[in-house]
Amino acid sequence: MPRLAVVPNPENQTQMIVAQNLTKVYGDFTAVAGIDFSVAKGESFGLLGPNGAGKSTTMRMITATLQRSGGDLTILDKDPDKFGPEIRAHLGVVPQADNLDTELKVHENLYIYGRYFGLSRKYLTKKIDELLAFAQLEDKRNSKVDQLSGGMKRRLTIARALVNEPEVLLLDEPTTGLDPQARHVLWDRLFRLKEQGVTLVITTHYMDEAEQLCDRLIVMDQGKIMAQGSPASLIAEYSSPEVVEVRFGSDRNVAVAEKISHIGDRMDVLPDRILIYAQDGEAALAEIIALGQHPVTSLVRRSSLEDVFLRLTGRTLVD
Amino acid sequence: MSAGHWRGATALVDTKRIAKFGALYAAEYRIRNMLKWWQAIVAFGIGNPLLYLTSIGIGVGSLIDKNTNGAGPDGVKYLAFIAPALLATAALQGTMEEVTFPVVHGFDWRKVFFAMHAAGLTGKQVAQGVMISAITRSVFTVSVYWAILWAFDAFDSLSALWLIPIEIFFGACFACVMMAVSAYMKEDDGWFAIIGRFVIAPMFLFSGTFYALSTLPLTIRWVGWISPLWHATEIGRYFSYDHPISVTMLLVHFGYMTLLGIAGLLVANRKFALRLAA
Repeated sequence: MPRLAVVPNPENQTQMIVAQNLTKVYGDFTAVAGIDFSVAKGESFGLLGPNGAGKSTTMRMITATLQRSGGDLTILDKDPDKFGPEIRAHLGVVPQADNLDTELKVHENLYIYGRYFGLSRKYLTKKIDELLAFAQLEDKRNSKVDQLSGGMKRRLTIARALVNEPEVLLLDEPTTGLDPQARHVLWDRLFRLKEQGVTLVITTHYMDEAEQLCDRLIVMDQGKIMAQGSPASLIAEYSSPEVVEVRFGSDRNVAVAEKISHIGDRMDVLPDRILIYAQDGEAALAEIIALGQHPVTSLVRRSSLEDVFLRLTGRTLVD
Repeated sequence: MSAGHWRGATALVDTKRIAKFGALYAAEYRIRNMLKWWQAIVAFGIGNPLLYLTSIGIGVGSLIDKNTNGAGPDGVKYLAFIAPALLATAALQGTMEEVTFPVVHGFDWRKVFFAMHAAGLTGKQVAQGVMISAITRSVFTVSVYWAILWAFDAFDSLSALWLIPIEIFFGACFACVMMAVSAYMKEDDGWFAIIGRFVIAPMFLFSGTFYALSTLPLTIRWVGWISPLWHATEIGRYFSYDHPISVTMLLVHFGYMTLLGIAGLLVANRKFALRLAA
């Protein structure tokens, strides 16, 4: 498959990250297979894909913590192979697994992380109050990290990554493992940063997260970019506006699918359900019922990035 | 947090400062972490010499001195003979403690070294920071131990004050080697216990700590020769009560420990950098 051209991002904007033919190889295994993308200042950029797609490896290369095997990469106009520490000092990184110090208190974690950047005690004293308020952890200031819930730890890790007022905040799977409420609180915090113009780069395998937070994203699978663009443009290009999900029972789905295959723009038959992509979902469902096919359950919803991924790879994100 | 206050890291963070003082920032973290255990460090720093001096220095010492009329090994009272060795042991063990489990903690248990690296510190700076914090603890441990030895009348001359910087230096040299070893450990897996039993314990027993190394048969004496503790003890005795050492051997003791330290630090620097960028 030919490499995709870099999709233009906001014009006349400073490019914070530019990757061309970016490659990472471990022995015989190619984790990232020559991908191109760029991230503009103030943009919220996502890397969407299933586990093992190469998102985290890409993330580690653009946080200047992992050397690339090939291609060109500039972060904040610098080559990370030559200026790794300088670049890292100007980024904010939220790793997939929290690496907070459990022996230090909440405010001490923020303080000591700020000290790694050489920030003064005076600056940090004020900044810590600000960050605790942002992370809604003011009442946990003197708590040990182990006393925090999973969502609180993630918020603290994000707050910690903001201590140096980073030029780009990079978040690797920020809400994995969190309950729905904690995810929404976190999204709210990230959305506020986005509103403030902070450049965000997010890897996720949750399509709703990508849709909520990303202005533009790349869909990755097996180390390659399958598609890139805004969530809306990807859905418009690779899916129909609405999707009808119908279940007739796993033993009947295939047989029924043959009878209703003319309905809608396209159809995917999954082991547990049939997906019908249509311009008008309710009309498509009415057509199915009119044919005498009564599903056990039915759902009409708008098309999502999950559908885009299914179209591009033939697999769902959780496969 | 409002956008109006957002200066941006390029304006806020001085990368030249990090390049210059990064090791100190890493050390600041380790010392802050260490202070969470200050009661244990103080209790061990004071309790360890008190127990050793009471049991071996006074207990065993009185027995030996009675049978030798106060002219035991090296012609001095037994307490004076073992005091430099105990001080050297405390220096080596105390420094080692701060470069073994904390390194596994940093790489594996809490991965805090990766947080430091993501913030712009290099592997070399993290390794140096760990070493600076270990030396900081050693300053306390050795000084307290020395003061207690002095209180027990283990030294006759103020030249024994030289033991404080010298044993701190030797402890650091040994710790560099142990830090390099620790950097290779993916997880503890009992390796530290094995090292404790089969490296540290023999070193303690066969380095002329409780008796002169020359009393051992040549087939075992080599354990002492390669042991950092023997070199640290010999130098300690030289400054403590004029234990006879030739200039050549003085150079050998310092040279051996310095080489160990440099080699350990170089290996640790490299391994820290490799693991953080892997």
